[in-house]
Amino acid sequence: MTGKDWRNLSLSAALLALAALLPIYGSPYWLTMGTTIAMFAVLATSWALFSGPTHYISLATAAFFGVGTFVTGLWFQVLPFWALPLIAAGVGAVLAGLVGLVTLRLSGVYFVIFTLGLAEMVRQVVTWVQNQTGQRGMYVLTSLTEREIYWMLLGLGALVYLAGWLIGRSRLGFALRIIGNDETVAKHSGIDTARAKVALFMIPGAVAAAAGAMLAPRYIYIEPSTAFAPLLSFQVVIMALLGGTGRLWGPVAGVIPFTLLWEAITRQAPNQTLLLMGLAFLLIVYVLPGGFVGLYDRAKRRWGGHS
Amino acid sequence: MSKTILQVRDVTKRFGGLVAVKGMSFEVHEHEVMGIIGPNGSGKSTMINLISGSFAPSAGSMQLKGHELAGKPAHRIAQLGVARTFQLVRLLPELTVTENVIAGAAFGHRRRWGHAAERYAHDLLDRLGLGPVAGLPVSALTYIDTKRVELARALACEPEVLLLDEWLAGLNPTELEAGISLVRSLRDEGRTIILVEHVMDAIRSLCDRCVVMATGEKIAEGTPAEVLSDPHVIQAYLGDDDA
Repeated sequence: MTGKDWRNLSLSAALLALAALLPIYGSPYWLTMGTTIAMFAVLATSWALFSGPTHYISLATAAFFGVGTFVTGLWFQVLPFWALPLIAAGVGAVLAGLVGLVTLRLSGVYFVIFTLGLAEMVRQVVTWVQNQTGQRGMYVLTSLTEREIYWMLLGLGALVYLAGWLIGRSRLGFALRIIGNDETVAKHSGIDTARAKVALFMIPGAVAAAAGAMLAPRYIYIEPSTAFAPLLSFQVVIMALLGGTGRLWGPVAGVIPFTLLWEAITRQAPNQTLLLMGLAFLLIVYVLPGGFVGLYDRAKRRWGGHS
Repeated sequence: MSKTILQVRDVTKRFGGLVAVKGMSFEVHEHEVMGIIGPNGSGKSTMINLISGSFAPSAGSMQLKGHELAGKPAHRIAQLGVARTFQLVRLLPELTVTENVIAGAAFGHRRRWGHAAERYAHDLLDRLGLGPVAGLPVSALTYIDTKRVELARALACEPEVLLLDEWLAGLNPTELEAGISLVRSLRDEGRTIILVEHVMDAIRSLCDRCVVMATGEKIAEGTPAEVLSDPHVIQAYLGDDDA
């Protein structure tokens, strides 16, 4: 590890500690905001681990997240709570692996549409199963408080960062960057592109499912239409792209302002949140193609300084 | 005669009703430069694409040092020791020049990673005269330098066979001279090269042997001097009237 690695590591640890103390010094309102931010930070960062280097835009976050909430909904009474995110992560990884095997041979817009359809399909299947069994939704009543959920998400976030840092230094991470640049070159350089993509696609799947499992108690009542709401997938994509996927800290830089703005608009004019999403999308496409990360890198290049 | 590295036997490739390559057979020996030449549309590039695994042949076999290549995916063929450049240069635009070369070293035939890969990439770049541009983004390169970087990427895995698909095309006369001497120096290092080429000067001065293709079939094989004076070859290039 170089000196820069140690500096980044201690900086990350300090920021994590500061974030972990939020339930102690913050008001309940800020804890709620913090939990939402932690949720999107986890989802957007893990999303960017795969979609950043490969440029494969996945809209399947809601599918994995919803599966995670249902894992908790089905088993929170029979299993200790700590086991649920682990099971959800396993289920999410397997589901992502299966989806990956089928879809990652598709490229570009076909992949996007399939992942969007996947969330819808899982939702329909769950609804159908519930109709067959005469259920509608599920109550998830636990003794967990928001601060515990927040801490769990923070722990998951730390794991995601660690994984992202390790992948960034690994051959797998490098292979994904090559695939994102030119898949033909990747193949002829000896990269098993299908395997590399499936392997990395399993990470956001597992993380989103684990996050869903952790957050289920927060919703108290879960049903397919809310657990698999496609809005979540779009929010994650917009936030990650707004921050930029070029660096590990990029998505969080998009999550924090976007979540705060979203919350402010929800309070003032609840019907205008979709407008915010559309405007953010236009902003990314026309002004910030690399997100805040791209802006930061350009500024650094202009005013000298080395990375 | 030196050792055979690649043996192509009765390879055929059909695209629907079109037969692009018909019953091609030839051998490539260790340390030689073998040219595949022929008029446009004769199936040369398809042949290269078959060897490198871009397509699987419809029939026939291709053995690299006893390993069957036919039907294997491109990444397996690359790992077995076939590296290639592309007719239209393909670099990795978001990566630096050095990273482009490491991309060739990290997953292919002889794998290197970390410091070893970096050192090896830098040695290769110096060797190809790219030392000064090693840290640049690929968008800053001149045309011949993009070709050199692609060549360095292909060399970075220490391939058993290097496929150059019109690597000299589009160079100006000065660059062409530099390009030819570069390929010759690779040959002198003992590499085995298959090149598809239109530039006759390059074929004459570089190739030990040539296979001439026309409409998907082999019509001649031998040294450049032999095949270029073969009436069948002249006929294939120039048509019946001039033959």
